[in-house]
Amino acid sequence: MLTVSGLGHRYGGKTGHLAIEDLSFTVRTGELACIVGPSGCGKSTMLRCISGLITPTTGEVHLQGEQVEGVPADLAVVFQDYSRSLFPWLSVRSNVEFPLRNRGLGKAERRERAEQALESVGLAGAGKKYPWQLSGGMQQRVAIARALACRPALLLMDEPFASVDAQTRFELEDLLLRARKQFDSTVLLVTHDIDESIYLADRVLVLSKSPASVIADLPVPLGDDRDQITTRQSETFIQLRSEVAKLLQVRSAQPAES
Amino acid sequence: MRMHGFLYRWAVFLGAVVVWELVTRAAQSPFFPPPTEIVDAAVQKWFSGPAESLFLTEEVHQDLFASMGRLAAGWLLAVVLGVGVGALLGRWSNAMDYCGPLLAFLRATPAPVLIPVFLVLLGISTQMQISVIVFGVIWPILLNTVDGVRSVDQIKVDTARAFRIPRGQWVFGVVLPAALPKIFAGLRVSLSLSLVLMVVSELVGSTNGIGYRLMYDQRQFDLPDMWAGIVLLGVLGYVLNTVLLAVERRALNWQQTSPAERKG
Repeated sequence: MLTVSGLGHRYGGKTGHLAIEDLSFTVRTGELACIVGPSGCGKSTMLRCISGLITPTTGEVHLQGEQVEGVPADLAVVFQDYSRSLFPWLSVRSNVEFPLRNRGLGKAERRERAEQALESVGLAGAGKKYPWQLSGGMQQRVAIARALACRPALLLMDEPFASVDAQTRFELEDLLLRARKQFDSTVLLVTHDIDESIYLADRVLVLSKSPASVIADLPVPLGDDRDQITTRQSETFIQLRSEVAKLLQVRSAQPAES
Repeated sequence: MRMHGFLYRWAVFLGAVVVWELVTRAAQSPFFPPPTEIVDAAVQKWFSGPAESLFLTEEVHQDLFASMGRLAAGWLLAVVLGVGVGALLGRWSNAMDYCGPLLAFLRATPAPVLIPVFLVLLGISTQMQISVIVFGVIWPILLNTVDGVRSVDQIKVDTARAFRIPRGQWVFGVVLPAALPKIFAGLRVSLSLSLVLMVVSELVGSTNGIGYRLMYDQRQFDLPDMWAGIVLLGVLGYVLNTVLLAVERRALNWQQTSPAERKG
């Protein structure tokens, strides 16, 4: 579904800052892949290249066989800063419907999709409320509903749970797993939280520090039914967690490559 | 309880009026009639007409409506032009680099000073007065619109691009609503300025209107009438501003930030 080959990006001309270098990986249809890397390693740059928001200086991104030039049609993004990503002058339902307006859908169908998306994130009755009336976790759920309503082939999430408190984070992680099952979405999620990446993912891709490249591609054999308490206590989880942690540590201890 | 709050807020104002009455009665100057005389004159001027026209005199129609008409036309024209041009300039990223100095210069030029210019160009006419108003008040609206349009935050830009929102929906559905708080600030400034310019342009270049009447009454030494006109202008300014504030509050009611501030 998604193929990233040799992706690299340098900001500001020939002598600018090299954010990512030689990133290559694939995401299969229906997978939930997590990308985890140290802070400032270029994860956001990578996501912006994949989503077509910026054009990478080297390498290519292919989505469903077509090269990504500019933002592709079958994509939806959830950003970390939900309070600034939602439009405060629109109601929750209008926010969710906003991207649907020019996709050739009738009013009734837009309304139905929005209701379905809101229901899947647990906000069934909140359509008429405004973002300022909702808590942070609920606002991020609206942003997720807005992305799901588009029925994207690929859902990109840029550290979506980094700005909420720990307990809300667990709720939202489980919500994502449920919604993903319901809509059968392919998800690429970027995070700095190792535990979160293993809990959510079918595969974890570990990035080096800046300039980022993929240093490991680990399958996560934790099965389909995950639970915050039992899954996180399992042998497999603990093993994977220490492996990823070691990879991230080892990389940052090595001298920078020229 | 509501009466109570009302009295509190207006207590100082009423106190000032009382002081004004006492001071002017004591001074006995013909140039400063006491408020009671002014009210008398006002009633005579405006409310002593026939019952069919709600007791309003001919003067109300001639002067008040004429002035308000010019004010409305001038201000609304300035709003449409100011927001339109401001939005265009704001969207074109380098525009302000080129236009900035010119706009700053034009804004700094006091409009009343240019009235002779407009008099020569347009003569004593309604067009002259409306042009003066538009020229004077378009700058705060325009510059505030540019500012508002340019300061849509980057995350909203990214969100709209990521969802491939088309340009029309982007401008009218995101940029303008996001810029509305700053635009309203410009509107409030421009409304009070409009009132001033309306009066000033009528003082020198008109055959009717509140400003004209003010000048006329002054020349006739009809001072209570003149003061009635002055008070009327104060009342008008207050009412217009209050109405605009109410509209703004309604249009921007999504600006609350925390649920704790919400009542109920």
